[in-house]
Amino acid sequence: MGVRTLTPARLPEPRGPVTEALIPLLTSTSPEAKANLPQATGDWLDDDLQLALYICYELHYRGFADVSAARGWEWDPALLEARAHWEKVFLDGVEAELTTVPSVDEQIEGLLIEPVHGTGVSHHLLSDGERWQAREYLVHRSLYHLKEADPQAWVIPRVHGPAQAALVAVEYDEYGAGRAEDTHSHLFARMMADFGLNTDYGCYLDAVTGHSLAVVNLMSAFGLHHAYRGALIGQFARVEITSSPSSRRLAEAFAALGAGRDGTRFYREHIEADALHEQLIRHEVVETLIRDEPELEKDIAFGLAASGLVDERLGAHILGCWEESRSSLRRPLPDAPTPEE
Amino acid sequence: MAERAGPILVQGPVEVRLADGSRVVSRRPMVALCACRRSRTYPFCDTSHRRRCPADKAE
Repeated sequence: MGVRTLTPARLPEPRGPVTEALIPLLTSTSPEAKANLPQATGDWLDDDLQLALYICYELHYRGFADVSAARGWEWDPALLEARAHWEKVFLDGVEAELTTVPSVDEQIEGLLIEPVHGTGVSHHLLSDGERWQAREYLVHRSLYHLKEADPQAWVIPRVHGPAQAALVAVEYDEYGAGRAEDTHSHLFARMMADFGLNTDYGCYLDAVTGHSLAVVNLMSAFGLHHAYRGALIGQFARVEITSSPSSRRLAEAFAALGAGRDGTRFYREHIEADALHEQLIRHEVVETLIRDEPELEKDIAFGLAASGLVDERLGAHILGCWEESRSSLRRPLPDAPTPEE
Repeated sequence: MAERAGPILVQGPVEVRLADGSRVVSRRPMVALCACRRSRTYPFCDTSHRRRCPADKAE
């Protein structure tokens, strides 16, 4: 099918003092190499911090082609200690920025109302999008969609009963319901290929800014901590509730920008799939969990709000750059407008 | 399971015969069937039953 997504990524280039210390450590062949890593000094969206977290989390997914799995960095106590500090900067920062977190019901009710004149990236791509912008958008989103559903899979053994059954039903659909060719990550790779992009897993890691990394890191942080299982459910609920209408806009936008069949199939699939997933997540997962474990309500509410915040920051970054007719990527694609010197 | 204004969820796969005699198949393990008749992917739900508001709001 001409898309390669199976091999792990290579380590990215460093972006600051934290990743300048972390990246060489992971490739060190010395058995004595010990994690002695700096604290993060920037804010929660800082590029260097977000990349460090992304690298640490990726060790739990596919790892990196140039990091030996046998060396055991995934569970290295000193590295985990450093990661815990970076995570705290990230999650405390997100929490501090969310001054008030409305209840789950209130947030979901808000998400279920469709604005007639919306203002997000999908609205822009539909009304005024250009092909280079569509390509950039796919690059930003590729960090998540090439491992779509993987971060949420961490939470499967952390909820039980009807909520778990419904969560697995959604995940099963995301993974193609037993058909590898229908796996959503695979459909995303085919869409990238249709837009002339490289479909190698993680190959745009150097290209994206901390905004895109924060979106994925939030899911990974929530998924990898039992204490955040409610927040992960909230994050997943937000994606599933908002995805269907925005997928419609993106499918129409991409068709207008010259996408072939593969170039719209991913979003066409999500119009219908996420209309179903929304129902399952809201009624069978969220409502059931709050009934069975009422103390999770505030965590689910936090996850809903936190994922809204990171998405909003990514959207604002992308649209802010495009308004100034410049690339939103650290490493612009060849067809992006060239900055005037 | 059906909510007011929302779709009807049924176990898949399903084959739906439409008024014009054509058949549509969904191979999903669960399928959300449109109950409001506004779906643009009828007979499957596409969330068109949602309320719409004129105010600007990010996606």
